[in-house]
Amino acid sequence: MLAEQQPILSVRDLRTYYHQDEGIVRAVDGASFDVYAGRTLGIVGESGCGKSVTARSILRIVEQNGRIESGSIHLRRRTSSGQVDEVELTALPANSREMRSIRGGEIALIFQEPMTSFSPYHTVGNQIIEAIRLHSDLSKRAARERAIDLLRMVGIPKPERRIDEYSFQLSGGLRQRVMIAMALSSDPKILIADEPTTALDVTTQAQILELLQRLQDEKGLAIILITHDMGVIAEMADDVVVMYLGRVVERGPVDTIFHAPKHPYTQALLRSIPSILARPRTKLATISGSIPHPYNRPVGCPFHTRCSEIIRGTCDSREPQLQPVGPDHQVSCFLYHS
Amino acid sequence: MAEAVETLKGSTLPPQRDAEAERAAADRISMATQWQLMWWRFRKHRLAMAAAVVVLFGYTIVLFADFFAYANPRQSDAQLSLLPPQPIYFFEDGQFRPHVLGLTGKRDPRTFRRVYEPDPEKKMYLTLFAQGYEYKLFGFIPTNRHLIGVTNGRAEDGIFLMGTDLQGRDLFSRLMLATQTSLTIGLVGVALSLFLGVLLGGISGLYGGVVDAIIQRLIEIVRSIPTIPLWMGLAAAMPSEWPITRIYFFITIIIALIGWTTMARVVRGRFLALREEDFVTAAELAGASQMRIIFRHMVPSFLSHIIAATTLALPAMIIAETSLSFLGLGLRAPAVSWGVLLQQASNIQAVAITPWLLIPAIPVIVMVLAFNFLGDGLRDAADPYG
Amino acid sequence: MVSYIIQRFVAGILTIIAASIIAFVVIQLPPGDYVTAYIANLQATGTMVSMEEAAALRIQYGLDQPVYIQYLKWVGLMLRGNFGMAMEYNRPVLEVIGDRMTLTVIVSFAAVVFIWALSLPIGIYSAVRQYSIGDYIFTFIGFIGIAVPNFMLALIIMYVSYRFFNVQSIGGLFSPDMALQPWSWAKVWDLITHLPLPAIVLGLAGMAEVVRIMRANLLDELRKPYVVTARAKGLAEHRVILKYPVRAALNPFASTIGYIFPFIVSGSIIVSLVLSLPTVGPLLFKALIAQDLFLAATILLLLAVLTVIGTFISDLILMWIDPRIRFGMEGSK
Repeated sequence: MLAEQQPILSVRDLRTYYHQDEGIVRAVDGASFDVYAGRTLGIVGESGCGKSVTARSILRIVEQNGRIESGSIHLRRRTSSGQVDEVELTALPANSREMRSIRGGEIALIFQEPMTSFSPYHTVGNQIIEAIRLHSDLSKRAARERAIDLLRMVGIPKPERRIDEYSFQLSGGLRQRVMIAMALSSDPKILIADEPTTALDVTTQAQILELLQRLQDEKGLAIILITHDMGVIAEMADDVVVMYLGRVVERGPVDTIFHAPKHPYTQALLRSIPSILARPRTKLATISGSIPHPYNRPVGCPFHTRCSEIIRGTCDSREPQLQPVGPDHQVSCFLYHS
Repeated sequence: MAEAVETLKGSTLPPQRDAEAERAAADRISMATQWQLMWWRFRKHRLAMAAAVVVLFGYTIVLFADFFAYANPRQSDAQLSLLPPQPIYFFEDGQFRPHVLGLTGKRDPRTFRRVYEPDPEKKMYLTLFAQGYEYKLFGFIPTNRHLIGVTNGRAEDGIFLMGTDLQGRDLFSRLMLATQTSLTIGLVGVALSLFLGVLLGGISGLYGGVVDAIIQRLIEIVRSIPTIPLWMGLAAAMPSEWPITRIYFFITIIIALIGWTTMARVVRGRFLALREEDFVTAAELAGASQMRIIFRHMVPSFLSHIIAATTLALPAMIIAETSLSFLGLGLRAPAVSWGVLLQQASNIQAVAITPWLLIPAIPVIVMVLAFNFLGDGLRDAADPYG
Repeated sequence: MVSYIIQRFVAGILTIIAASIIAFVVIQLPPGDYVTAYIANLQATGTMVSMEEAAALRIQYGLDQPVYIQYLKWVGLMLRGNFGMAMEYNRPVLEVIGDRMTLTVIVSFAAVVFIWALSLPIGIYSAVRQYSIGDYIFTFIGFIGIAVPNFMLALIIMYVSYRFFNVQSIGGLFSPDMALQPWSWAKVWDLITHLPLPAIVLGLAGMAEVVRIMRANLLDELRKPYVVTARAKGLAEHRVILKYPVRAALNPFASTIGYIFPFIVSGSIIVSLVLSLPTVGPLLFKALIAQDLFLAATILLLLAVLTVIGTFISDLILMWIDPRIRFGMEGSK
């Protein structure tokens, strides 16, 4: 009921800047999107477009020199009495008790490097049990039982033995499963998966995605899936947000994005997917140029330096705004400005 | 229409120029040699630049030690024993006429120490490029010019910037000579340890296997032996009747015996890393001989690391020489080095009554710091990721 | 794990053997031997020694035999606990060394404790508050520690305490009235109150080094993804830092202590001379000057053994705190 009517998480005009000696890096520069329970939101873009910083901003774990400048992040959650309660995450101090209970409690994170995401000096069990006990008042013994159950749930064989092993004793796929188990330890409502399969081989990748989908079906999880891989998006996402240089350039349901992309950047991204239907020896399309250096952001539309459909005099001087072009479909491009 | 085109051009021009500038910068970087890149990175390191100036200054003194000295550093004078530093007066009757005052020394009948009284009537005027004691510049040009001197009288009787030692020798002039010794002994020591280190480290990294294991074990053993007792043992082995030059040479060998291990590790590490590099594989595939690969491809690419490691090894050498000489096991009189000078300040009485004898500690600290900063800067410049 | 211990142990034994050879050879290097020095000494005081007497002395000390025989005999004696005679004192070496070795260990250990106790918190502070005023101050102190040789530091402290606090004597490990008394709790306490100064003088350079390494490691570790994982769990910031990156940075920290130990032992020799500490330092110095073969060689060897033990302990600590070594995955990252 909650799922259909209201988004569980709404991000509005989020801006996260990094203040460095050389200047300000606008890692996220006005991102807005909604996340619904039981649905997967895919955030896609090239590396350096602000996807991961968006995830960190939601969890309020941006590095020291980064700051959320403006915007809001509304989390709707059900209190123990069953009422819906709304929290504005950017208003909470990053290290407050409440923010910490949300971080890892309501919203959990799994991310790309399963090798280095675990401390090599602690057993994986130690790290999962720590997460469990942070958000519950289970005893050590009970927490250990729960950790073993979680490991079993994510499909780890012999969990009662694996729990006392170190991350370097596990294979990459197992490690990512353990990571997922740890993220699920406090029954989160939202799971942010930051490039969860990038470091894995294709078979393992498919297994992990399958696992995520199964868990979503079982628990009604909302998933924010961050990736640069359009294939993963096509398989997993219900809604898609395309980001470029910290800005959302296009947003819509997955079918619309794939079949009727509007923004030249989205179109270019889709052209760069290798297709098995393509004729042999046809060259794969690439996006010309590279992402501008964050210190000298182009004036106007951030994409105009690489855009094939640039309107001179407009795209390089004014910034386009996100405007609707269809049901639930918005794009930020002067080609569609009315 | 034409106007529109004009404005269009006008608006797109700045980004284009930017792009051009960027491309030019990129070209400049890609065309630059490794040494230019290093120099550009090094220049940004302010502390290292300052340290480089200090080091240059130090070696200027090494070259012109006798020129900077104003009093004969080897001439002792019991009448001037343990004289405290004396000031220079720059003005006379409101005019710039730098001068010093003559001194009369008396022995205090109770403490038996000599006490000195300045005599305001006896003024000695200072001048630049004055004539003083005879010496040979660079060892073969006879001259008697010194940076400063006295117009009426001998500099030996007038200027005492840092006081005198027990034998009445001028500390400042001796410090100049000591700098010559201490800063070169480090260089020679480093050169020797560099030779040993590159040789053994190179063999170790190049051949690997058993040879590598043996050399690594050897390094481990040498490193786990406490250095100072070993130095002391080796230094004590030098017969006291040896001439200074032989002792000097022997001391450098002793110091180098320990220092080479660090160098060997650096070289071995670089060799191991470079062996895997694509350009080495490429050279191998192109059929280059092993010697050619080593000297044309591998050595140039880690020469900068070696230079940085060498700079960082110098402070340890300087401290080692100073420590040994301080103990009386290193250089001995009549040789002069920072450690030899400090020997006179080795007990609490000396420190308490004649604190200026501690002054030679300052150049030790300054030079050690300078070499450290310089080495750090060079290392960062040589390898921004290292 | 067992193979790792055995490997480190064998390395230690090899080092001790090498050190014993080096110690012996070094002592043998100078032309002439103890008897030459002894005779020169006697002659200086006017006593004449005949060739026969000299030869007899040489036979008595076994100095007439080839070097390697002397070495083997020496090793043989040592294995039976007999370290030979200190010729200058005409007493057994061990008796001459007496408490001095223990005191050397205590002073070195105090310096290591000083390094441990201060460099850990300072390293953490400097890394977590990178580029803060405190970080700059500690960096500055660190540079001083690296640039000032420890004997010079001792001299400077001596000067400062005399000049500004009018303290006449700051050296020694005991108060004058305690030095000659038998061991008692009062004497132990007296020793403890005298330890901080030599510990600081000896340890400052090492501390600077360890802080520098600790800070660099911690800065590295703080950027690792597992720190983000820990934060994302909802763990409080100070617990994140103490449990994960600090734990990881302890590793190089432990190995640094092992590598710094030889420096401390070696520095203690020269500092002991300046601060007149009753350790083996002054004794070794005198023995070297007098070419007192067995005494000097024994001290050199014992110092080597001391550092080998120190390094071995730090290897064990390293193994204990690093599961990767424990599971035989040394070298993996």
